[in-house]
Amino acid sequence: MKINKQKLKQSSKKAFKGFVGVLPIIFAMLLLVSMINNLVPKSFYSKVFSGNTISDSVVGALLGSILTGNPISAYILGNGFLKNGVSLIAVTAFLTAWTTVGIIQLPAETMVLGRKFAIYRNISAFAISILTAIITAYIVGLLS
Amino acid sequence: MTTAKTNKQNTKRLSPKWIFLIVVVALYLSLYFFQADKMLPILNSYLKLLINILPIFVFVYFLMLLSNYFTDKELLQKHMGESGTIKGWAIAIIAGIASAGPVYMWYPLMEDLKNKGVKDRFLSTFLFNRGIKLQWLPILLTYFGLLYSIVLLIVMAILSIPQGLITEKLVSLSSSDKT
Repeated sequence: MKINKQKLKQSSKKAFKGFVGVLPIIFAMLLLVSMINNLVPKSFYSKVFSGNTISDSVVGALLGSILTGNPISAYILGNGFLKNGVSLIAVTAFLTAWTTVGIIQLPAETMVLGRKFAIYRNISAFAISILTAIITAYIVGLLS
Repeated sequence: MTTAKTNKQNTKRLSPKWIFLIVVVALYLSLYFFQADKMLPILNSYLKLLINILPIFVFVYFLMLLSNYFTDKELLQKHMGESGTIKGWAIAIIAGIASAGPVYMWYPLMEDLKNKGVKDRFLSTFLFNRGIKLQWLPILLTYFGLLYSIVLLIVMAILSIPQGLITEKLVSLSSSDKT
C-alpha cells in the first residue's frame, strides 16, 4: 500500500488538533469524577438505581441521553458508577445512550436530516441502547 | 474601551470545553474554602486516575491519526450512495465506526447523502455506529476490560442494523399516516 505523505501529514495535524481539543474535557471529567467519588455517598446510587434490570437500564439510558459530550467522559463517569455498585446493565445503557442518543443535538439533527428522521432515530437508538445493555451484560456474565 | 472590547472578544472565543474545565476548577476552589479536609483524598484519587490514563493517550493519538487517514468522505459518499443491501450495511457500519470528530462535522455529508437518495436505514445505522469510537477504544479497554469492550462493540454493531430498519419503518409509517 502506497502511503500518501501529504494526506498523512494532514491526518497527523488533524489528529493532534482533535487530541489537544479533548484534553480540557478529559482533565475536567477526571476532576469531576474524583470529586463525585469522594463526596457522593454510595447510598445515593442505590436510591437512583434500585437493582431492577429494566428500571436500572432505563434510568442509565435516560441519563446517557440527556448528558452529552465526548465518549471519554461517559467512560470515566461509567467507570465511577460501576465502582459505586451500579449494575453493568445500567452502566452499559448509560454508555450506549450517551454515544448514540442526542437530545442536545436533536435541533441540529432535525434541521439537517428532517424532524421525523431525527425523532424516530433517537427513539429507536434509546430502545436499542437498553437492548444492547441487556445482551452485553448477559454475554459478559456468561463468558466471565 | 479598546481593552474592554478585546476582553469581550477573548471571552467569545473561549470554547465550551474550556468553560467546563474552568467551572470544575472553580468547584474545587470553593470546596477548598468550605471543606479543605476533603481536598487531599480527592486530589489523590484524581492523580491515580490521571496516572492510569496517561500512557493510553499515545494509542489514542495513533488511532485518531489512522481514522483520519483512512476515512475518505468522497469515497464514502460514492459507496453509500449506491446503497446496495449488503454493501450498504457494511459501509454504513464500517464508516460509522471509523468516522472521527464530533457528529455535527458529519451533518453536511449526511444531508448530501439523504438528498442523493441514500436510505434512512443506512444513515441511521451510520449514526448509531458512531457510538463505537475506534480512537477511544484504548480508554474503554482500560476502564472496562477486553471482554466487555469486545462484546459491547460487537453487540452494538449488530444491533445497529435493526436500529436502522426500525428508524426507517417508523419514518415511513408516520409519512403514510399523514397521506
